[in-house]
Amino acid sequence: MTVMLQAKNLSRSFGGIHAVRDMSIDVEQGSITGLIGPNGAGKSTLFNLLSGVIRPHSGQVTYNGNDITKLAPYLRARQGLIRTFQLSREFGRMTVLENLMLSPQQQLGEKLWPVFSRPQAVRERDREIYERAEEVLEISRLEPLRDAYAADLSGGQKKLLELARTLMIDCDLILLDEPGAGVNPALMKTLTDMIRRLNTEHGKTFLLVEHDMDLIAQLCDPVVVMAQGAHLMSGTFDEVRADQTVIEAYLGSAVDA
Amino acid sequence: MSAYLISMGTYIGFFMILALALNLQWGITGMVNFGVAGFYALGAYASGLLTTKLGVPVGLAIPAACLVGMLVGGCVALLSMRLREDFLAIVTLGVGEVIRLIVLNEDRITEGPRGLRIEAQPFRDFVSAENYPLFYLFFVAVFVCLTFFVCERIRKSPMGRTLRAIREDDVVAGVLGKNVLRHRIQIFAVGTFFMGLAGALYAHYTQNISPEVFLPMVAMFIWMSVIVGGAGNNRGILIGAGAVMVFLEGTRFIGDFVDILDAEKMSALRIIMIGLLLIVTLRIRPRGLLPETKFQFKPN
Repeated sequence: MTVMLQAKNLSRSFGGIHAVRDMSIDVEQGSITGLIGPNGAGKSTLFNLLSGVIRPHSGQVTYNGNDITKLAPYLRARQGLIRTFQLSREFGRMTVLENLMLSPQQQLGEKLWPVFSRPQAVRERDREIYERAEEVLEISRLEPLRDAYAADLSGGQKKLLELARTLMIDCDLILLDEPGAGVNPALMKTLTDMIRRLNTEHGKTFLLVEHDMDLIAQLCDPVVVMAQGAHLMSGTFDEVRADQTVIEAYLGSAVDA
Repeated sequence: MSAYLISMGTYIGFFMILALALNLQWGITGMVNFGVAGFYALGAYASGLLTTKLGVPVGLAIPAACLVGMLVGGCVALLSMRLREDFLAIVTLGVGEVIRLIVLNEDRITEGPRGLRIEAQPFRDFVSAENYPLFYLFFVAVFVCLTFFVCERIRKSPMGRTLRAIREDDVVAGVLGKNVLRHRIQIFAVGTFFMGLAGALYAHYTQNISPEVFLPMVAMFIWMSVIVGGAGNNRGILIGAGAVMVFLEGTRFIGDFVDILDAEKMSALRIIMIGLLLIVTLRIRPRGLLPETKFQFKPN
């Protein structure tokens, strides 16, 4: 197995708080790697560091062997690294269809000049994007909501939309920040099915943060545990669940000095 | 009276171009620009000075004014686009005032408060003096159509989609692979290009420009046009610009019918009434007279 995304000794503090310190993690190609840890463990900060939304104070991030530590988020996206957000962030005053259609990278019609000089080519390209969006609407079961404003969707539907958006992109690695948060059980099934299908049929690699242990147990191997900004342990879900240090991290150790 | 209507129509044209440009920057892309008056002044003085001081033909001076607007706008954007939205508001307001104050104080070049007299007018030799105002109305109308066409084309294109995404959430747009900074700078510059155009057209119309015309109040009227018309909807913007101008001018005549108000009280009252117009519109139609339309994919 080759390592696709690797973080080495990442540290980042906010004021006096060390949100992430000396954290290392490997994400292997083709895996669905789970990242768990108690609240405040630094999972979201780590996600922000990996996706480039914030910069680390020290350490290195490599993606497919290239150092991307200082790369802007949009350039990481163009290399196939996409993320979603814990509180789903959708483009509220845009329809579901529009949210999907804007996702593909480097569209011809996004550049100012071709919009005027090559309108025909822009239209053709947009037609292809539209066809793909229709497929994705089908897969994600968002078809009935295609013309609804994203702001009007339920929490779970927004999560689905975020995942569907990544489907529109030729990405290889998807960072999912709590995909299951606030999703009702019926929708949860759609969501996990979709993640698994993307992984097995489309060969996408996932790193996901999640508090729902059922979802982790169903999908993730390996599971990485973070506590207090650092790597605690990793292994299969069963190994992690049985580990004494993990239990202590979640529940607080019995002899907390 | 008809001369008055023609002149008012011409002014509505300037307002429409300015409002369309602001709609591109703010209504669609979400960039706050309180310096509209400054870029308007920039275009006016660029074209005015080129024709009077350097003898550049007006046919070249107007496009040059657009380019000056675009370049200065691009530079301002380059320097300030990384700022948060509220800081951008202050920066653009500051830039607008800086432009006006330079014009006011560099009087060796700009004639300062005395005002700059501009002789040159486009196609002046081909149209009789009598018909010229009407001709100019059509001349401006052509540019309004052109601006509208460009803005509408951008709005409908995949680029417009990306710009709206940047307006809604720039962080997510970035994570999805959109070059947010580049889009912002580009659109800001396109907007100030048209503001420069409006300024140049204004300069050669009145033939006398002075800094007091370009007070930040002008920017507020343009903002009102966009808000009242419907941010994000170019057709709405045209209606908004027309409505605000008609209201601005219409209230002028109230004094003729109401004896108890002198000119000074009237001018204060007009500003109050314009504020009322804004409040009433926002109460009744929070998203403007013609709100932004829902996206529909139209294969053609």
